Amino acid sequence: MVIGLSSNKPMNELFGFLLSGITVGFIYALVGIGFTVIYNSSGIINFSQGEFVMAGGMSTVFLLKAGLPLGVSFILAIMITSIIGIVLYKLISYSKDSSQISLIILTLGFAIFLRGLAEVVFDKELHTMPSFVGDGSFDMLGTVLTYQSIVIMVVSIVIVVLLYFFFKKTKTGQAMKAASINVDAARLMGINIKKVLMINFALSAAIAAIGGVLLTPITSTNYEVGIMLGLKGFAAAIIGGLSNPFGAVVGGLVLGVLESLIAGYVSSEYKDAVAFVVLLAILFFMPGGIFGNTKAQRV
Amino acid sequence: MFKNIGLKILTFLFVSSFFLLNAGTIKIGALVSATGPASFLGDPELKTLQHYVEKINNEGGVNGQKIELIAYDTGASPKKAVTFVKRLISQDKVVAIIGPSTTGETMAVIKFVQRAKIPLISMAGAVVIINPVKKYVFKMVATDRMACQRIMQDLKKRKLTNLALISGSGGFGKSMRKQCKEVAPNYGIKIVADETYGKKDTDMTTQLLKIKNNKKVQAVLNPGFGQGPAIVTKNYRQLKIKQPLYESHGVASKKYIEIAGKAANGVRLVSPPVIVADKLADSNPVKKVALAYKNEYEKAFHTQVASFGGHAYDSLYAIVDAIKAEHSINPQKIRDGIENLKNFQGVDGIVNMSPTDHLGLDTKTGMVLLDIKNGDWSIVK
Amino acid sequence: MLKRYNISQDIIVLAILLFIAPFFFQNDFIYEIAIVSLLNALICVGLNMLMGYAGQVSLGHGAFAGLGGYIAVILSSNYGISPLFSIFIAIVTMAIFAFIISKPILKLRGHYLAMATLGVGIIISIVLNVEDELTGGSDGMSVDSFSVFGYEFTDSLQWYILCAVLLIFTIWMFKNLINSPFGRVLKSIEGSQKAANSVGINVSHYKSVVFVISVVIATLAGSLYAFFSGFISPSEASFSHSIELVVMVVLGGLGRVYGAIIGAVILTILPQLLTSFEDYQTLIYGAIIIFVMMFMPKGIASLFDDIKRRLFAQNK
Repeated sequence: MVIGLSSNKPMNELFGFLLSGITVGFIYALVGIGFTVIYNSSGIINFSQGEFVMAGGMSTVFLLKAGLPLGVSFILAIMITSIIGIVLYKLISYSKDSSQISLIILTLGFAIFLRGLAEVVFDKELHTMPSFVGDGSFDMLGTVLTYQSIVIMVVSIVIVVLLYFFFKKTKTGQAMKAASINVDAARLMGINIKKVLMINFALSAAIAAIGGVLLTPITSTNYEVGIMLGLKGFAAAIIGGLSNPFGAVVGGLVLGVLESLIAGYVSSEYKDAVAFVVLLAILFFMPGGIFGNTKAQRV
Repeated sequence: MFKNIGLKILTFLFVSSFFLLNAGTIKIGALVSATGPASFLGDPELKTLQHYVEKINNEGGVNGQKIELIAYDTGASPKKAVTFVKRLISQDKVVAIIGPSTTGETMAVIKFVQRAKIPLISMAGAVVIINPVKKYVFKMVATDRMACQRIMQDLKKRKLTNLALISGSGGFGKSMRKQCKEVAPNYGIKIVADETYGKKDTDMTTQLLKIKNNKKVQAVLNPGFGQGPAIVTKNYRQLKIKQPLYESHGVASKKYIEIAGKAANGVRLVSPPVIVADKLADSNPVKKVALAYKNEYEKAFHTQVASFGGHAYDSLYAIVDAIKAEHSINPQKIRDGIENLKNFQGVDGIVNMSPTDHLGLDTKTGMVLLDIKNGDWSIVK
Repeated sequence: MLKRYNISQDIIVLAILLFIAPFFFQNDFIYEIAIVSLLNALICVGLNMLMGYAGQVSLGHGAFAGLGGYIAVILSSNYGISPLFSIFIAIVTMAIFAFIISKPILKLRGHYLAMATLGVGIIISIVLNVEDELTGGSDGMSVDSFSVFGYEFTDSLQWYILCAVLLIFTIWMFKNLINSPFGRVLKSIEGSQKAANSVGINVSHYKSVVFVISVVIATLAGSLYAFFSGFISPSEASFSHSIELVVMVVLGGLGRVYGAIIGAVILTILPQLLTSFEDYQTLIYGAIIIFVMMFMPKGIASLFDDIKRRLFAQNK
């Protein structure tokens, strides 16, 4: 399928860069959403979020290799990753110290542990898997949009919408929201805080696993793919204000598009720095994210 | 108080090292990046070393002595490589060292092997390792410069004079990019576009669009390894760029074809001969050794051979041959032995060392030009 | 009070231990481990001041040490400036750099502060990788040997003594600082910034000073390591090095002067002990961090406190 509108070269090029940026942006968004789910309920930044993404992708690849059908592997991988999320929650809840410093280091340690585990249980090689929708793509104005990218965009948006309804409309979601606003009041209302937090960790891990599975056909995966994805997804979440899944999507898009424009018009060498420059700018000048909807963590 | 614990640990180190000091073995050290960003190099290298040391020992060792392999994983970190090289030299007292796997690590340890007078055969690619010649430092792996030269030759032959580069920003990609830019003018080739991408990037469409829109470009070369080149290749096909795509020896493994899928068809690349050992002409002097290695590796590890393990094989056997030739396990003698290797039949090619050439690899046998057709290699005639 | 006397007492004990240790060092490798431990300990003492006393997490100190090291190395190798003066310039440059970025960064707290320092650190590491004309890129660059007024440092023992003296000196300064009015202000910042503010303490100024001191120490240790090993590469400035340093401080014990040293020594030796478990190294390393954070959040130094307390209880 070819969509051709303009013969204007610079415009075509700009459009190409934007489209490529949006494609990448949704990948960051999908990783970023997971951060917001845990942060929202517990105030914890989970530095092993990127490793959850890796765990989802790697589990699916190896279940496929073991001969299971794609759909079954996918669901099992999500379950495995959710259990990993619950394990992390258990570790945090049994931890003797819940200061921010020690929780940051605990999740960093868990990330290293998961990487080491993947190295032992799986292997150190690169792996890929077939896409659900095939390798096809749409041609648009001299650039392309792959079917898999469209799947990622749709799934990200569906997840955000589902999360919105979950927190707004369901009883569990309401309880989770209440717990995030005021733990003591929620407890007095008879809400089981521990259970709420556990569900949140499992949910966040499940979202990460979905991301990992959807990314693998595009980027391929190995045991350390989570490091950079985690950092970029994290930057996306911060840009969006950390507590809002929708913000993470917008943050991811801002990041992806900026990276692409810098690579296109300035220098592809400094493209990776963009995420962190934006991150600093946001922290310094808009500590609540571009929507400014959380209270600033400033003195 | 903590110092006591420190000392206890140190004594533990000593004691454990004494156990290793059983007399009569030939201690060969190895530094491999078996984990971390260069594990795709170090992993097959370590497997190869362990497998062949065991094999040599089962067959009676070298001059009646068994080899003891002491291998450390550097995780591609020069800092760790420095610590481990000191451990190999002053604690394990090895007589020769194989590795490290990457250029940065090799450059970091050279000073120490030179000072300790222990021969080292690096498995890394860059030319700087053996140029200028350092007395105790060797390498038998084809340099990235040789890879560039081979590609430029082919471009010249096909009259494609305007080349675009899209390089990975890791050590491998950067070093090769630099070498290719240096040798290009010798073949009358102009670099008309020069893009890079990050090691962990998920999409290279933007860079490739710039290349596509550059009307001067006649061919594209992608130095890099890991998932990067596979993504470049996929994006390249998606954008329907018509110019021929060249890949480096960094992707010379079936893994690349597996990950890039159909997009890999039509790609031309340079590679050490081992991955196509079975397809080499019978007259090719490398065929026998390379094919034997390929078959043995694939049988032992149930995975397709990658070119990198061959570096470890060659380094190990060069040391073994040197020990046999000199009838000594004195590091100085082993060094002399390596320097005097003539017509050494390695997996990577024929090697003739000399005091002025510590690479010694024959360019003709060291690099082959391949096309990927129907998901398989085919040698360019 | 005897407090002042006590301080010099444990510094003397440390000095004696550091002096005796080389008699057990049999070869260059042990020296290497000892020297790297001392340099890591040096950075950790500074980082501990920032984290344990001023309560500010930094995930960028590896990058600061690496950048400082690069500045010193580039000046001495490419511009022929003497190593000592190069290190001096590196320290001054990094101090100014730290002071400038400290203003916006230290306004942030908790996660946000950690993220900002992480961001700065990663940008530094990208710049070091990209600017290969100057830095040698990801392959790193060789460093000329270290000499002071014509006296060349080639022997491991010389390096060991230099690093040991620097560590003792830094700890002495650190202890004096902690027990000065300045130190009490720091403690109050860690307790409550708002309270400190309300009694008229210029919190942001104090935090800046501690941040600058810790970056200066990191620069010193980073450049000494580069000269000692004769090589520097961007991995010195990597995110994982920064994390390693933070883990050292926390493992040893936040806010404990000697905790930082214990953490640095253990985490420098640990990878050497784990070499026989090749494939399980990362796994074990991660598991240890998790274990310590869960069950010994006050670090290993707190174990010694327990022992001490029990001993005293029995004596009484």
